[in-house]
Amino acid sequence: MATEENFLTIKDVSTAFKINGQYYDAISHINLTVHHDEILALVGESGCGKSTLATTIMGLHDPEETRISGVVDFEGTNLLQLDEDGYNQFRGAKIGMIFQDPLSALNPLKRVEDQIQEVLDYHTTLSTAAKHDRVMELLDQVGIVNPPLTARQYPHELSGGMRQRVIIAIAIACKPDLIIADEPTTALDVTIQAQILDVLRSIQAENHAGIILITHDLGVVAETADRVAVMYAGQIVESGSAEQIFNTPKHPYTRSLLRSMPQRNNESDDLYVIQGNVPSLRRLPTTGDRFASRIPWVPASEHEATPTMHEVAPGHEVRCTCYRNFTFPDEKGSDHV
Amino acid sequence: MWKTILRRMLIMIPEVIILSILVFLLAKAMPGDPFTGSINPKANPAQIAHLMKMNGLDGPWYSQYWNWVVHLFHGNLGNSYQYQEPVTRLIAGRATNTLWLALFTMLLTYAIALPMGVFAGRHEGKLPDTIIRFYTYVTYCIPFFVILVVGIWIFGYVLGWFPTTGSISITASGWLDTIGSRFYHILLPGIMGALFSTVNIVQYLRSEVIDAKHSDYVRTARSKGVPTKDIYRHHIFRNSLLPIAAFAGYSITGLLNGSIFTETIFSYPGMGLLFINSISFRDYTVITALVLIYGILNLLGTLLSDIILSLVDPRIRIQ
Repeated sequence: MATEENFLTIKDVSTAFKINGQYYDAISHINLTVHHDEILALVGESGCGKSTLATTIMGLHDPEETRISGVVDFEGTNLLQLDEDGYNQFRGAKIGMIFQDPLSALNPLKRVEDQIQEVLDYHTTLSTAAKHDRVMELLDQVGIVNPPLTARQYPHELSGGMRQRVIIAIAIACKPDLIIADEPTTALDVTIQAQILDVLRSIQAENHAGIILITHDLGVVAETADRVAVMYAGQIVESGSAEQIFNTPKHPYTRSLLRSMPQRNNESDDLYVIQGNVPSLRRLPTTGDRFASRIPWVPASEHEATPTMHEVAPGHEVRCTCYRNFTFPDEKGSDHV
Repeated sequence: MWKTILRRMLIMIPEVIILSILVFLLAKAMPGDPFTGSINPKANPAQIAHLMKMNGLDGPWYSQYWNWVVHLFHGNLGNSYQYQEPVTRLIAGRATNTLWLALFTMLLTYAIALPMGVFAGRHEGKLPDTIIRFYTYVTYCIPFFVILVVGIWIFGYVLGWFPTTGSISITASGWLDTIGSRFYHILLPGIMGALFSTVNIVQYLRSEVIDAKHSDYVRTARSKGVPTKDIYRHHIFRNSLLPIAAFAGYSITGLLNGSIFTETIFSYPGMGLLFINSISFRDYTVITALVLIYGILNLLGTLLSDIILSLVDPRIRIQ
């Protein structure tokens, strides 16, 4: 079970991108913690800032095009204060990242073994033979059937699922405390998805790592996550344990997401559709609830002027007050028909 | 790997045959004949016919072609009408000059273009990148021969740093002196040629580096904690070189073709200058031989490109 030790604390982090000379917040004032031995799922639609948060933690943004503020406290070090060399001591060694698209995330001109070994080159003092053994061990750990063969191959010779396993092997090579998995299963088909999630879980159990799992697939969240943070338009709108989010969702956005999920026992053929789109960075409302435009039937008086997080149960927080009386237009007891 | 090369070489055989027929016919189709201008206009037509017969120029084209091919396989490309010496000897002498010039130009081209392209791509949008891009645009806009003429005028005539004609100074004696003098003569045409042919490579490499810089595998490398300079060395540089490598074979033939301009303007006694001269003198034997050589070099260039590409890109190798 999760220990209560926070090794990663994200405090008030905002990341702004420069567009035509002006900065626009892609994520604003994010607060999160990650413990050892837990999977924290970051959920939300495309464009709501999940990946931006991940790349902010990894320090992968071009400093000339972005402005980042806040604190990312990783085991006592504020990562955002580090220079490039300092960051490289963490990347790959203490934080591993798994990317969304296994087809393009590997260098097409390098053999699998060289790509995995590269991490070991920079963060360990192992001998060449020991590195080779470690690569074999890693490939075996991520469920590659014939490690010596795969190690000699090039990425184009592998299937999507195998490439994703290789990427996971790279991410976990130095037994990092934190693994950020950015939509690790999105590009894979469903049977492979389950296998990859199993690999992630077993690695977490072995290494006592904390995992930030970024996904828009609530099915994946339900299967794997211990805690969930729901993001909308660059803000966290609701966070809590997986049970709290799935059993007693509060925020209208969380409830809309859950409602738009296909369910077997759903009598109606129609899925719920959230009206409108996530606003683009340049059109983000500067005040008020950012989700308000997508639930137009809720009167303005229900929203806070500057929505803040409210604790509704231990560990369960919701942004804005509009959740209190929120109902969908077609629900019983709704007066907004 | 060897299969790929062997198959590519087999394809070359019909290509060379078709090329040789075309070359032969094109030379025949040119107006005039080798004796135009060299004999008395009042000469007896019977005498001219006799001359044509003596030189094997009277039969139908296919018999002439056949004779030519048979001689070709005996290493005999005929005599030059203009110089009155065997074509093979004539070309062999000129080819070494062209080869040295082309080789020097190519080495210089890559020595300038590779660092320039990577540097411009790495510092995209900064001042050095802007300067390099300005240089490439300007050079690209100006016709090659204009660059050569201006170069020869400034560095050869006004400043007098370099010789403006020939491949060797007549006073050169001793092997060291000879090599030195030859090198001194290819310096200016080589540098001018290189400055021109860097443009394409710099532009290509720059955009490839910019692409690679934002690619997913570079992001993966960064998330592994690889320092920036190693990312350039191990990931970006090699991957960006792919299209350049693919063009390397062609660029060699491009240089040989470019040598026609360079040699003519610098009066450098190579194949290019010989080519231009033999066209103006209707020196059939030399023209056909040269066009054939240029054609075969082009085919070899594409072959070379394919081989280089399959060496550097594992995705292209045939298992």
